[in-house]
Amino acid sequence: MSSASHNHDHHDEGFIRKYIFSVDHKVIGLQYGITSLLFLLFGFSLMAIMRWQLAYPDTPIPILGFLFGESGTLAPEQYNSLGAMHGTIMIFLGVVPLAVGAFGNYLVPLQIGAVDMAFPKLNAASYWSYFVGGVIMISSFFMPEGAARSGWTSYPPLSIFENGQTMWLISMIFLITSSLLGSMNIIVTIVQLRAPGLTWMRLSVFVWAQFVTSFLLVLAFPPLEAAAILQLMDRVAGTSFFLPSGLILSGEIVDVAGYGSPLLWQHLFWFLAHPEVYVLILPAMGIVAEILANNTRKPLWGFKPIVYSIIFLGFCSFIVWAHHMFLTGMGQAMSAFFQTTTMIISIPSVVILTSYFLSLWGGSIRFNTPMLFALAFLPMFGIGGLTGLPLGLAASDIYLHDTYYVIGHFHYVVAPGTIFALFAGIYYWFPKITGKKMNEMLGKLHFWPSLIFMNGIFMPMFIQGLAGVSRRLADGGVSYAHASGVLHWNEFMTTSAFLLGIAQLPFIINIIISLFSGEKAGRNPWDSTTVEWAAPSPPLPHVNFDSEISVHHTAYEYSVPDAKKDFILQTEK
Amino acid sequence: MEVPYIVEEREDTGLINSKLGIWIFLASEIMLFGGLFSAYIFLRLAAPPGDFARWASELSVPLATVNTLVLISSSVSMVMAWASLKLNDLSKYKMYMGITLLCSLIFLVIKYFEYTGKFHHDIYPSSSTFMAIYFTLTGLHGIHIIGGMIVMIYFWLPIGYKMWETQPEHFANRVEVLGLYWHFVDLVWIFLFPVLYLL
Amino acid sequence: MSSEHSTESIQEHIRVYLMVFGALAVLTVVTVLASYLEISTSEGIFLALIIASVKASLVAGYFMHLITEKNTIIWILILTVVFFFVMLFLPLVSYTDQVHI
Repeated sequence: MSSASHNHDHHDEGFIRKYIFSVDHKVIGLQYGITSLLFLLFGFSLMAIMRWQLAYPDTPIPILGFLFGESGTLAPEQYNSLGAMHGTIMIFLGVVPLAVGAFGNYLVPLQIGAVDMAFPKLNAASYWSYFVGGVIMISSFFMPEGAARSGWTSYPPLSIFENGQTMWLISMIFLITSSLLGSMNIIVTIVQLRAPGLTWMRLSVFVWAQFVTSFLLVLAFPPLEAAAILQLMDRVAGTSFFLPSGLILSGEIVDVAGYGSPLLWQHLFWFLAHPEVYVLILPAMGIVAEILANNTRKPLWGFKPIVYSIIFLGFCSFIVWAHHMFLTGMGQAMSAFFQTTTMIISIPSVVILTSYFLSLWGGSIRFNTPMLFALAFLPMFGIGGLTGLPLGLAASDIYLHDTYYVIGHFHYVVAPGTIFALFAGIYYWFPKITGKKMNEMLGKLHFWPSLIFMNGIFMPMFIQGLAGVSRRLADGGVSYAHASGVLHWNEFMTTSAFLLGIAQLPFIINIIISLFSGEKAGRNPWDSTTVEWAAPSPPLPHVNFDSEISVHHTAYEYSVPDAKKDFILQTEK
Repeated sequence: MEVPYIVEEREDTGLINSKLGIWIFLASEIMLFGGLFSAYIFLRLAAPPGDFARWASELSVPLATVNTLVLISSSVSMVMAWASLKLNDLSKYKMYMGITLLCSLIFLVIKYFEYTGKFHHDIYPSSSTFMAIYFTLTGLHGIHIIGGMIVMIYFWLPIGYKMWETQPEHFANRVEVLGLYWHFVDLVWIFLFPVLYLL
Repeated sequence: MSSEHSTESIQEHIRVYLMVFGALAVLTVVTVLASYLEISTSEGIFLALIIASVKASLVAGYFMHLITEKNTIIWILILTVVFFFVMLFLPLVSYTDQVHI
């Protein structure tokens, strides 16, 4: 692989080399982006079917009812399958690949002034591993056994004996491999390929967030991979890693060696899955930081506290996991330990959110579409975070665990939280990626209904959860007396969900028409300070920039007194 | 423009990209095998007292001791292969890399006899949680050996070491990175051996 | 880069590699012999892990050149080892702390 003739070869790249198996981080980022958005749509549809069932229990599912058998309604196992796959697909095939694979891959090299990621070929391999994992996961729907139905948490013993789980496990191995390769690439890229003058404290919050997120992925995923291997062994090799002795299935004692432990799975699973939720939120916080600074025309308040909080948050995320296991017969010492660490981890989150709110004070706020989504993120993440507190305290968690309260809590963080931040990022960086601007009116038409209906779906979940309605009930709680007073919310939530789906149409239409006939965007249409805006729109294939890049300023030099303009590009000399 | 710091080190970090990359990968591998070791501890506690020790006595300590020495030797020959490249001696490099491959093969062959010996006595992963974790830990370790051997074969053959002619430093770096991976595989075995066979 | 790896220094490295090889071989034999000692299980575990850690440190320090490695890598490894121990010990403690009926 000689370096001399590298550039000349690119002009002669065939279609396959240029668009399918490209090693250009921008192409790979877009591949991740398109694939993940499609998976998000698919995961959303699964939820829409579930919500129909919850609101109208004995009514056949419209249009798609034929897929589920003669009655057109969901049997309980089918409901469970949709639930398990909705969670799995949204997290592992949707949000993380979009937040890290798409945004990370596309923007990190640009924001640090590099020509590409440190390992371009490995980058391509990461994408294709994700793609194969995704195909395997979706293909499980078409297997005779059907798709997984033991929750995205795959707890044994159920997951050992229930259908569909083997494909889930095999798919996870591909997805975890993709994630490990990708996050290793991001870390090396940020450490090694920063442009001259780009010191650590001149990095954007977005890059810091991607950096810490990548560490979480590198160190937290492998234990889940180990656990997945063990679960596969239990399913296909007759081992009993997770199966206790004397287990009775369908009236008979299961013929395994026994002496295994379901709790072992829970420990190894949550060791990953807790840091995973910070993987879901950190890139979003990074995106919001960029957009807030840009649209208030002032530097972020508390840049250093934000950076140190992100680092501290990442570190703490590894020592809180058993707050998902308070109801497993945990002793006092462990319970006290994990409650303490969980309360401590709320501190950096609050520091970051407060800094973002304070960043608005005294700003000249521009209410464009990215800013609307970024602003909405603040209270939405606030609600999500605050509702996490009673869950982190064992006493209240005993009541709220596995109820709709939990579903409301985490969806607030991930749906009007992270996904709104990702939307904000798409609107913000679309001009850089395509050289075209998105339509503002369609953007607002996307934003306002989305905000309203997100709250319509998830706010009533707290009400249902507090009444004691459990999650993962195929009949939505109809058979429980304590649920009777709150079941009427189901129809309201389902209607909100369908309207939320319709509210995404302006977004999809906007992308398509802007791609073809959007207003031309220049190099820096938002008058932003970070390095990627020094590149042409779109950036040049493979080399990104059309001039030598060196950095001379911090990341948010807006409204600097006595400056020529109200912003200074980091690369300006 | 090329991605920099493939051969020359970046000034402030003092590193080339692949060195940092492989260490991060090894960090993830520490967590992977760590997950399995964590499982071992948990399962040993969950088993009846003495159960693990009883099943462990089915394993052959002499075979494993030989394997331990074989793997350590392969680690030495691997680092000698790299040192030979730094001394500009391609034929010594080929010899040492060949020895490393041979040792790895011996390791796998001994493992093969260990496994088939178990199966012959009707001992399978499903026989007990000890055997389950034994086969899984050594099996995953074995897969890592095979992966390493595949790369070694590539670097041992002309198609691999062709790079030495035009970019000797880059090639030496590649061998060093492979070496780091290989030493890690040896490291895992250094812990696996006493934990599984002797405790 | 080349000064660190001059011919003399490589020769010196080779001497060290061979000495470490010797030490590792000896320690392997010691590990096996130690397993025959009449000591309690927990003492046995402790002893075996100590010897293994010494062997591992030799491989890591000399074969993997960690002794002279850059700070970035050392810090990443320290971070990893911290989480490694968290993952090994917290589940263990939670098991022993578990409410057993």
